Amino acid sequence: MNAIETLRLMKKSQRDRRRLLLGTVAAAGAALLSGCDRLSGHDAFVDVLKSAEQLNRAVHKIVAPRTAMAQEFARKHIAPVFRSNGTLSPRDADYQTLRQGAFADYRLAVRGLVAQPLEFTLDQLCAMPARTQITRHDCVEGWSCIGQWKGVPLNQVLGQAQPLPEARFVVFRCFDSMDDPSPAAADSRYYESIDFDDAHHPQTILAYELNDQPLPMSNGAPLPCRVERQLGYKQAKYISAIELVAILDDIRGGKGGYWEDEGYEWYAGI
Amino acid sequence: MACLGGLESRRWTDHPALYWGHDSHFAPWLAIKARDTPEGPVGVTTLVGREWQTTGVLGLSKVDGVVQSRAFPSWATVPGPQWLSMARHWHFFFAWVFVINGLAYLLHSLFSRHLARDLLPTRAELRGIGRSILDHLKFKHPTGEAAKRHNVLQNLAYLIVIFVLLPLVVVAGLAMSPRLDAVYAGWVDLLDGRQSARSLHFIAATGLLLFTLIHLFEVVVAGVWNEVRSVVTGWYTVSADKPAKETR
Repeated sequence: MNAIETLRLMKKSQRDRRRLLLGTVAAAGAALLSGCDRLSGHDAFVDVLKSAEQLNRAVHKIVAPRTAMAQEFARKHIAPVFRSNGTLSPRDADYQTLRQGAFADYRLAVRGLVAQPLEFTLDQLCAMPARTQITRHDCVEGWSCIGQWKGVPLNQVLGQAQPLPEARFVVFRCFDSMDDPSPAAADSRYYESIDFDDAHHPQTILAYELNDQPLPMSNGAPLPCRVERQLGYKQAKYISAIELVAILDDIRGGKGGYWEDEGYEWYAGI
Repeated sequence: MACLGGLESRRWTDHPALYWGHDSHFAPWLAIKARDTPEGPVGVTTLVGREWQTTGVLGLSKVDGVVQSRAFPSWATVPGPQWLSMARHWHFFFAWVFVINGLAYLLHSLFSRHLARDLLPTRAELRGIGRSILDHLKFKHPTGEAAKRHNVLQNLAYLIVIFVLLPLVVVAGLAMSPRLDAVYAGWVDLLDGRQSARSLHFIAATGLLLFTLIHLFEVVVAGVWNEVRSVVTGWYTVSADKPAKETR
């Protein structure tokens, strides 16, 4: 074997080594990813991942305290059409009946752990001192939309009902069923919950106007709740009742909301 | 890992687009989606008005042999299937790992003088930048003693990564959190609004990914065993026919 041949073979073995190496890296990458998918089905591991939610919430409460206000915008920033998502038109019979009567028979119930269970008509809510705010709605899917909301601060409504000291969460019960009617008639009506930090926040309002117009059905008429420092899925639409509770465990999936029961974080400030 | 979860967490099926500004009621500058044509569905990527067919990779790709409309192929996302809530859990957990690591590295670089000693290029090195670019293009790698120091292009790449891309990916990520936006109402305007922040987050992450790929490529070219050993132990062999010398 002459010297040139030896050199050629050496080069070839180097190339082979590189190819082998790149192949190994690619295979390792593929194995890593499929391993990740298996881990996503492993409860104990997912619990470790989910521990970040508690950390996020704790840190957020320190750096953006209870009273920190969400950014408000100028009129020129208002989007021409406010994007709607989720349910656009509840098919539930009780909702449709109320809607045909222009919500004249609508009553917002406030119940649960309160000293004074109450019911409000829309007129009563509209007669209370209102707040108007131009805020940005951020969807978990990534998009944002700016609109002007007018409504009554949730704080005022809760104040009249006088929450009991053991109440820790405010649960919004909604009209809209999310799943197709099933033979088992499982309840899939939307629901959401927030803590008192958000419930008492001045920008948390039960809205009845959007961009100076009566609320469109697709945006939650007659009454959605704005929780401005959290993502879109926390903004309950088509609210039928407000329920004060101490724990969320015995409501539907026990995670505090329709999307939370599907695996989304209860704390959606991120 | 945070990157991989991020690709899924944008949930491109429902909203496969990036915008500039506060919100998303106008045309996106980047969109990845599937479109029906008479010949069947195709994947289409649109970047500032220009359009490319990216079937198989972006917009439309196969998952376990079945064609699906999805922005990024399943081999590039964690989790592989479209599963936004799980992707968010992965993303935010590894975001913490990433930030804690980054801070530790930054503090260490400052206090160990790694930054001043190895990363900041000298004036002479900056003058030699043209030559260095040429050498790289010709795949001419430094030999002998010069191979032991980062070259000037490496230095600049590292500095951009450490002081531009890494901080940007973190700050733009934080700007997407509605609660953190409330830390000081209006601070997100510094990034030109939340949707711009989302775009910057993606751009910076893409830059980091490119840096990593080029870096891996260079390591393979320069000889993996030698490089890995030098990263871990500091022992770098200059040339195979000479005995290994001093550590750095």
